[in-house]
Amino acid sequence: MFYRFLSIIQRQRTSPRWQTWCLSRSSVSAAEAHSVTLPAQAQVVICGGGIMGTSVAYHLSRMGWKDIILLEQGRLAAGSTRFCAGILSTARHLTIEQKMADYSNKLYQQLEQETGIQTGYIRTGSVFLAQTQDRLISLKRINSRLNVIGIPSEIISPKKVAELHPFLNVHNLVGAMHVPEDAVVSSADVALALASAASQNGVQIYDRTSVLHVMVKKGQVTGVETDKGQIECQYFVNCAGQWAYELGLSNEEPVSIPLHACEHFYLLTRPLETPLQNNTPTIVDPDGRIYIRNWQGGILSGGFEKNPKPIFTEGKNQLEIQNLQEDWDHFEPLLSSLLRRMPELETLEIMKLVNCPETFTPDMRCIMGESPVIRGYFVLAGMNSAGLSFGGGAGKYLAEWIVHGYPSENVWELDLKRFGALQSSRTFLRHRVMEVMPLIYDLKVPRWDFQTGRQLRTSPLYDRLDAQGARWMEKHGFERPKYFVPPDKDLLALEQSKTFYKPDWFDIVESEVKCCKEAVCVIDMSSFTKFEITSIGDQALEVLQFLFSNDLDVPVGHIVHTGMLNEAGGYENDCSIARLSKRSFFMISPTDQQVHCWAWLRKHMPEDSSLVLEDVTWKYTGESLRAADTALNLIGPRAVDVLSELSYAPMTPDHFPTLFCKEMSVGYANGIRVMSMTHTGEPGFMLYIPIEYALHVYNEVMNVGQKYGIRNAGYYALRSLRIEKFFAFWGQDLNTLTTPMECGRESRVKLEKGMDFMGHDALLQQKQNGVYKRFTMFILEDHDTDLDLWPWWGEPIYRNGQYVGQTTSSAYSYTLERHVCLGFVHNFSKDTGEEQVVTADFVNRGEYEIDIAGCRFQAKAKLYPVTSLFTHKRRKDDVELSDLHGK
Amino acid sequence: MCVCPGPRRIGIPVRSSSPPLFSDAMPAPTQLFLPLVRNCELSRIYGTACYCHHKHLCCSSPYLSQSCLRYTPHPAYATFCRPKESWWQYTQGRRYASTPQKFYLTPPQVNSILKANEYSFKVPEFDGKNVSSILGFDSNQLPANAPIEDRRSAATCLQTRGMLLGVFDGHAGCACSQAVSERLFYYIAVSLLPHETLLEIENAVESGRALLPILQWHKHPNDYFSKEASKLYFNSLRTYWQELIDLNTGESTDIDVKEALINAFKRLDNDISLEAQVGDPNSFLNYLVLRVAFSGATACVAHVDGVDLHVANTGDSRAMLGVQEEDGSWSAVTLSNDHNAQNEREVERLKLEHPKSESKSVVKQDRLLGLLMPFRAFGDVKFKWSIDLQKRVIESGPDQLNDNEYTKFIPPNYHTPPYLTAEPEVTYHRLRPQDKFLVLATDGLWETMHRHDVVKIVGEYLTGMHHQQPIAVGGYKVTLGQMHGLLTERRAKMSSVFEDQNAATHLIRHAVGNNEFGAVDHERLSKMLSLPEELARMYRDDITIIVVQFNSHVVGAYQNQE
Repeated sequence: MFYRFLSIIQRQRTSPRWQTWCLSRSSVSAAEAHSVTLPAQAQVVICGGGIMGTSVAYHLSRMGWKDIILLEQGRLAAGSTRFCAGILSTARHLTIEQKMADYSNKLYQQLEQETGIQTGYIRTGSVFLAQTQDRLISLKRINSRLNVIGIPSEIISPKKVAELHPFLNVHNLVGAMHVPEDAVVSSADVALALASAASQNGVQIYDRTSVLHVMVKKGQVTGVETDKGQIECQYFVNCAGQWAYELGLSNEEPVSIPLHACEHFYLLTRPLETPLQNNTPTIVDPDGRIYIRNWQGGILSGGFEKNPKPIFTEGKNQLEIQNLQEDWDHFEPLLSSLLRRMPELETLEIMKLVNCPETFTPDMRCIMGESPVIRGYFVLAGMNSAGLSFGGGAGKYLAEWIVHGYPSENVWELDLKRFGALQSSRTFLRHRVMEVMPLIYDLKVPRWDFQTGRQLRTSPLYDRLDAQGARWMEKHGFERPKYFVPPDKDLLALEQSKTFYKPDWFDIVESEVKCCKEAVCVIDMSSFTKFEITSIGDQALEVLQFLFSNDLDVPVGHIVHTGMLNEAGGYENDCSIARLSKRSFFMISPTDQQVHCWAWLRKHMPEDSSLVLEDVTWKYTGESLRAADTALNLIGPRAVDVLSELSYAPMTPDHFPTLFCKEMSVGYANGIRVMSMTHTGEPGFMLYIPIEYALHVYNEVMNVGQKYGIRNAGYYALRSLRIEKFFAFWGQDLNTLTTPMECGRESRVKLEKGMDFMGHDALLQQKQNGVYKRFTMFILEDHDTDLDLWPWWGEPIYRNGQYVGQTTSSAYSYTLERHVCLGFVHNFSKDTGEEQVVTADFVNRGEYEIDIAGCRFQAKAKLYPVTSLFTHKRRKDDVELSDLHGK
Repeated sequence: MCVCPGPRRIGIPVRSSSPPLFSDAMPAPTQLFLPLVRNCELSRIYGTACYCHHKHLCCSSPYLSQSCLRYTPHPAYATFCRPKESWWQYTQGRRYASTPQKFYLTPPQVNSILKANEYSFKVPEFDGKNVSSILGFDSNQLPANAPIEDRRSAATCLQTRGMLLGVFDGHAGCACSQAVSERLFYYIAVSLLPHETLLEIENAVESGRALLPILQWHKHPNDYFSKEASKLYFNSLRTYWQELIDLNTGESTDIDVKEALINAFKRLDNDISLEAQVGDPNSFLNYLVLRVAFSGATACVAHVDGVDLHVANTGDSRAMLGVQEEDGSWSAVTLSNDHNAQNEREVERLKLEHPKSESKSVVKQDRLLGLLMPFRAFGDVKFKWSIDLQKRVIESGPDQLNDNEYTKFIPPNYHTPPYLTAEPEVTYHRLRPQDKFLVLATDGLWETMHRHDVVKIVGEYLTGMHHQQPIAVGGYKVTLGQMHGLLTERRAKMSSVFEDQNAATHLIRHAVGNNEFGAVDHERLSKMLSLPEELARMYRDDITIIVVQFNSHVVGAYQNQE
C-alpha cells in the first residue's frame, strides 16, 4: 500500500531487544487475529497507533492511569508517522507550540535510555535561512521568543551558515537563525518506543482493529464499537490522524473535527561520495519552500509548494491511496529550489520521491481537547505536518486534560472548541487547506487574513458596507469590517501590503478613531456571540450567580461586566450581561466564544433545569420571534444626539446612565435593544436590532447622523480604542489561566458578598496571598511609528534587563500618539527561576523594555488606564444644541 | 472582372436599384470589404483585405444586407477591389469613414471566447475496462458569421453499436445545417436498424407505447433542437422506416453501413425537398421548411463501430486521420474527398451529368454554375428543382420568400437540373493501433491550416496530455541534475498545452492565432477575435471541429482477435 523501504532501513538499525518486542507483538496479533477478544471495558480507549495515540497512551500511563486500550486499524506507527521526514524543530510561531516541541525534544532524547529502543535521535541543530529582510525579521521574532523560554538559538550571518553546512549556496541570503538543539529522529521508532513504554505500564495495544463509531448516551461517551466487538469506556481519544474527521462524523451525534489531508512530497537520495556527517544541521529555506536534512549519508528534501494537492476529500478512498504516486512534475519547483540552494547535488543519484499525505487544519494550528458536544470525547489530530515536533508535548497536555480536567498550559489556541460547525464543510476545508499548506513557509505578517472560505457568515449590512469601501477580516467565519477605504484612496495590493512596519491603512484608521473621539462612528458588530438565558422561575439568577463571578442581582435594565471562571479562578469567558427582566438575561461575549461558551454553560447548567439557553447570534429563535440580532455600535460623543433624534426619547445620562439597557424605538423600528456601552470605553451605544430592521435602522442612523459627522468605522479603530484604554480581551489577553485578580478586576468579583461561585476559593486565596502575574499596560517611549518595527503580540518584556513575560496584544494609540502593548508581568526568582508574588510596587518600580524582533524599546508600565482618555470634552455650543433636541 | 475571389459559397447578382435604405446611410458598408481568404497563402490571410469602391452597386435589400456577406457579386456587376492592404492600412482607411474600433483582449478574455462552445465527452468505462474503441471526443466551434452557420452533432447509436459524429457547414443561412444536424443521424440510425427493430418501433408508435430510444445525443448546451418542427420531422422519418419495412424482402440480413449512409443522406435531402414542395398549414413551419430547402449545408459524418470507420462526406468539410508512426512522428491520412472545383473527378462528374453544351457553364470560376462553391450539398433546391417548380413554390409561399432577392433569382445557364446532389462519398477505413485520432472539421479550419499542421498540433497536444502521467524513477540511475533538466523541458512543453483542456479549442487557437512561425501569437489572436461581427467573416470562416480520440489498446485487441 505505502512504500515500505523506510521501515526496512529502520528495522536494520533497530536493536535486537526492540525486534523481539516487535516480533512477539506482531506474532501475538497474527496468531490472535481470528480469536482475539477485546476486553469488555476500559477507562480510556485511544484510537490511532501513530505518534499521537502512543504519546497520549504513554503520558496517561505515566500519570498513573492503567486501564487504557489503544486500537490501531493497521499496524503501529504506520500512516503519516511512518513517512514523516523526522525533523524535530522547535522554531514555531506560537509559544505554546514552542513549548510542546521543546518538551518533545527532551522526551525523545531520553526515550532510548528509558525503553532501550533505538530512536535514531541525533542532535543536529537546524538552520533557518532568510533570503529577504522581512524573512529575517520574522526569524528574529521567533528567536527572541525561543530564547526567553530557554531554547538556545541565535541569528547568524550568511558566512556562518556556510561554515555549518558544506554544500550551501549562501549568496542570496541576508541572514539565518541557528537552533543548535533541534534534532532528527525516526518518528516510527519514537512511536514504537512510546508504545512499548506504555505497554510496560499496563496499556493494552491491539492492532488490526478498527473503530467503527463511538457510543454516546446523554452526551457522554459510553463505549466504542469496533470491528471486533464493543468496549465500554468513559473516555475516548480520537488520534486517527487524517481519518479523524471521518471518525468524528461516524457517531450518532457527530463531532466535527475540521481537518483535511494534502499530498506531501519529499525526495530521498543515495549517499554522497563522501557521506554527510551525521550531525549535519537540517536546513530550512522557507523562501525557497524547502527543507533539507541529512539522511543515510545522502539527503532528504521536501517542501510545501504553492499549489498543494488536497486528497481524501470524500473520505478514505482505497483508489486514492493506491494512486499516491511520485509526481515529479509537481515536485519540479521544489527540486529547482533545492538545486539552487545546493548546486553541488546535481550529480547525486535519486533514490525515491516519497508521497505521504499530511493533515492540515483551517488555521494552521493543531486540534486538541474535548468535544463541545460529547463529554469524554477527546481529540488530538491535525498536526499541519509537525506531528513529530508536537507529539510529545501535545500528548502530555491532552493526558493532563483528561486526568485533571484541564492542561497545565493555556492551549486555547489549539482547542477544538475554537471551531464551530461551519468549519466542517468539506468544500470549505478543501479550499482552505490549499491556502494553509503554502502558508507554512509563507511569510507570516501581522494581521494576516485568510483569503479562502470567506463570506460565509455575513451581517445583513454586508453589501451596504462593502459598497462604502469596507475591507473585511474573518473571525469564526464571520466577516467584519477592518476599516473603510475612502473613495479617493487606493491601498496596496494584497501581496505588497505585507509588512512588519507601519501599514498602509494607518491614516484611514486614524481618521476613524478621530471620528469616534470627536463625533460619532458606527461599527457593525454583529459577529459578537449573543446568548439569551431565561427561566420560568428564579433558577436563572441562581444558576448564573454561581457561574459568573460578578453579582448579577442588579435592577432590571442594568448591565454587568463579568467573567465566567473555572475552579482555579481562570477566565473561561469574559462577557457583559444585561438583565432584561427578573428571569431573563442577555449575554454578549467575544465572537470566538460561540462554541466554547455554549459548551461551558451546558456543562455546568443543572440538567433538569427549566432554563432556556438561546444562541441569538445567528439562529432563528422561534418562540420569541426574535430573529438573529444585528449589532450596531454607535461610538462617540455625538451618539447620544443621533439616538435621541431618532427615538424622541431623552438620552441624557440622567435618563440613560452608562451600562444600562432599554428597549426602545429607533426610527420606525420598535423593540430595539439599546445598551449604553461600546466595548471601547468611549461614550456611545450598542443597538441590538432584529435582522429585518437592520437596514432600516442603519439607514436612519446614517441619515440623521450626517449632521453630526457620522461615518463607518471598522475593528481596527475599535481595537486601538480598547487597547489604549487597557481593556483586556478574552482569547487574546485573557485565558483560562488568568484570573480577575491578575488583571486588576477585583471590582468585578463578588468576593465580599458572601456568595459562592465558581472559582471563589481560588480568588480568595489569591486575594490573601497575592498574584504571581499582573496584567500591565506598556506605553512605548522611544519607538518611532514610521521607521521602527511595530509590535504585534508575543514580544518578550524585560524589567531591569530581566525577562518577566510576554505581550498579549498591542495597538497604536492615536490619542497618546504612542504604541500601547498589553501583557503580563511575572516575577521570576533570579536564583531558582521560580515564580514569585507580583505586587503593584514591583510593577511600578521597574524600568521596562519590549523586545521587538531583537530590538528593545523603552516602555512605561501602567497598572491602570490613562485617566485623561476618559474625560469627554464637549464644546459649549454642542451642549446647547443637544439640549434643544432632548426636549 | 472581380479580381478578388471571395470565400463565399454562392455568388449572386445584386441590383443597383436596391432600396435606398442603406445606400446613403452607410458611409462605408462593411459588405464591401471583400475577403481574400480562400486563395491567399494560408498563413497570411489576416494581413490582407481589399476595398471596394463601388459601394452603391452592392447594396441590396435589408434582408440581403445581412446575408450579402455570403455572396460575391455576379461577374456582370463585378466590383473592383484593391487587394493586399495591410491590417493597419485598413484601419487607417476606415478611420475617416467611421470610428475605428481597436480591441485588445486579455488572455482570459481570449480564453473565454475560445472556450465558449467547447464540449468534451468521455466514453464511460465499465468495470474498469473500456470496451469502446473511442476514448472520447472534444468539439468546439468559433463563429465568424452572426449567427454561426456551422453545426455539429454527436450521438451514440443505442439499438446498433457505434457512434456517429458529424460537422455541417451551412450557407445562405443556418436553417439547412440546423435541420441536417438534427435529423441526419436519425436517418442513419434507422437505415442501420435491422428489420425486427424497425417493426418493433413501428408497432410501438402504432399502439402508443413507449418508443425504443435510438440515439444518445452528446450535446453542448448551445446546440439546440427546434421543438416546433419535431412532429413534422418525426412523421417524415416514420414514413422512411415504414418504407424500409415494406421494402424488406427478408433476404439480406446484413446491413451494409456504406449503403445505409448513402440512403440516409439521399433520403433526408429528398424529404427536405418534399416538405418544401408540400408546405405546411402552420405558417411558421411552412416558412421554416422553405428556408431549410432554399439554404444549403454540407455534411461530413463519421460512423465508428469497433475498428470499422466509415466517413460519409457531402461537400467540402473534411475528415482527417491522425497516424502516429513508429518513430513518434505524425502523419495525416485524408478520409474524405472535397466536393469542389479543386477535385478534378467532381468537375468531371458534373460535366458528364450534363449535356456537352453546358460543359463551360456548369463549372465557372471554380463554382457550380459560377455560384456555388461546394459541388454537393443538402438543400439548395435552387440547384435541384426545375425553374417551374421553383417559381411555383415561391409564388405560393409566404411573402418573406417572395421579397427575397436570393430565392427568386434563378441561376444563369440553368438548363438541365438537378445540378446538385446530397449523395455522399463514403470512405471505409479499418482502424489500426497507430490511428490515434480523427479530426472532422468544416472548411473554416482547412482553409487556414494545412492538414499536416492540424495532425501535428493535435497529436502533440494529446501526447502532451499523456506527459502529465507521472514519470517514475523506478530503479534507474537518475541524478538530481538529469531529473531537473527533464522536468524543466516537460514543463516548457506543457505550459502552452495546459491552457486548453480541449483538443478542438487548442486547434482553433492555433488556426486563428498562428503566426508565420506556427506559434500562437497572442496579439494576433486578440485582434482576430475582437473583429466586429460584420467584419469577422472576411478574415475567417466559421470553424467547427470534432477531434475523436481512439483507444489504441482496444483497437489492438480487435486486431489480435483476428
